[in-house]
Amino acid sequence: MRDLAFDMPAAPSSCHRTATGEPILEARNLGFEAGGQRLLHGVDVSVRRGARTLIMGPNGAGKSLLLRLMHGLIKPKEGEVLWQGSPLTKKTMRAQAMVFQRPVLLRRSVLANLKFALSVRGLQGRPRAEKIDQALASAGLSHLAHRPARVLSGGEQQRLAVVRALACEPDLLFLDEPTANLDPASTAAIEKLVLEANAQGITIVLVTHDAGQAKRLGEDVIFLQDGRIAETGPVDQVLNRPRSEPARAWRDGRLYLGPDLHSVSSYPGSNT
Amino acid sequence: MDSFWSVLGGAFALVFALDPDLMEIIGLSMRVTLTAVFFACLIGLPLGAAVGVFKFPGRTFLAVSLNALMGLPPVVVGLVVYLLLSASGPLGPLRLLYTPTAMIIAQMIIVTPIVAALTRQVVDDLNREYAEQFASLGVGAIDRLVSLLWDARYSLLTVALAGFGRAVAEVGAVLIVGGNINHVTRVMTTTIALETSKGNLQLALALGVILLLIAFAVNACVMAIRATAVRAAYA
Repeated sequence: MRDLAFDMPAAPSSCHRTATGEPILEARNLGFEAGGQRLLHGVDVSVRRGARTLIMGPNGAGKSLLLRLMHGLIKPKEGEVLWQGSPLTKKTMRAQAMVFQRPVLLRRSVLANLKFALSVRGLQGRPRAEKIDQALASAGLSHLAHRPARVLSGGEQQRLAVVRALACEPDLLFLDEPTANLDPASTAAIEKLVLEANAQGITIVLVTHDAGQAKRLGEDVIFLQDGRIAETGPVDQVLNRPRSEPARAWRDGRLYLGPDLHSVSSYPGSNT
Repeated sequence: MDSFWSVLGGAFALVFALDPDLMEIIGLSMRVTLTAVFFACLIGLPLGAAVGVFKFPGRTFLAVSLNALMGLPPVVVGLVVYLLLSASGPLGPLRLLYTPTAMIIAQMIIVTPIVAALTRQVVDDLNREYAEQFASLGVGAIDRLVSLLWDARYSLLTVALAGFGRAVAEVGAVLIVGGNINHVTRVMTTTIALETSKGNLQLALALGVILLLIAFAVNACVMAIRATAVRAAYA
């Protein structure tokens, strides 16, 4: 029997969702430093309600840090994060959920992981059981409900992490490279869940290294380089007609080594 | 060597004879030790977990103190408990000196820092792993503490075993506050010390063998419980 979770991602559709120009979350002049090193420099971000926003950039660009700052897991040293126009609080954080690159699963069964998350959100009894069944079915994990979550494969663990986050009914879902190190089938399953969630109106903010994934999932792209926004705009524009050198290098598959070494052609030992 | 083997043979003969006096000593030892470890876990597990999870002023000092108290000299504990429980001490009216309760209190004081310090380390490590997920889900302080203790339960069994090991082998403190009174406060370790000093090596060695067997059996039981639980979880 084919696992529903492995169906190809649905084509991005806007028929059920309401992507608007209205920002659901804004980051204003976000700055962060650690260990005497400045990691983010005055970053301004506006996430449209109902949209799929992708944060791209090389390692160390500050993508995951920006995600954590926007979710409220880390307090910014400068600037502020606004949720629907008001400062982000612990209460409003509950309207968001996050999936980490390495899924953080409790040392319990698949079922107990979902039960725990929903209990924290105050759901008990029959409504909780129904929600769990629904989540397990959508992730194709119903037959693994009583298995310890940590013995699942990497793809299954990440699917569980995604449906656990979605079961909390967030308005906005952050995903930090959720398909890093996953095979194409598992990647497709995760992307399908993300697209389905977005089709139901959940705003998506996803960090990725993968230009292909950006094309499949993205609507808006934020391209980070060295803790600064190099470019931002619709995915088509940023990936096909980039204005910044880092995004151009990314599109062309060149190694961008910084403003002084524009591309791999300046790289010592390179033949190009 | 002959005398060693004959003493050992005599010791096993005593063990298998199920001598009533011997059984009474073993029974009291287990009662005192298990009760002390139970209360030490009752205090030490949440205390260690709280120090491992919550950030508050003096947290580092408390963590260092718990670690330092793991090496608490039993005779010092015995002396302090003795002073507290003696007729002129603040707890004198309770008339607990030279009773099994006094021995339980002394053992509990020795074992609690061990349980708390090891729990702090176990829970702190797990909390580092869970912290962001818990923050993202909006898990409250008490839920976080309970969840960490539950998820670390197999590691904490080993912590409890470490406490049991320390308590069951304890002699100095229980000798001071218990007095090693026959049929009242005589436990295995104090009897071993007494019988050795009297030259009754067969009984001393028999008790030593039993002490080892009990420690082995308890550890084997806990390992079996842990292995069964893990097997069931992975079935």
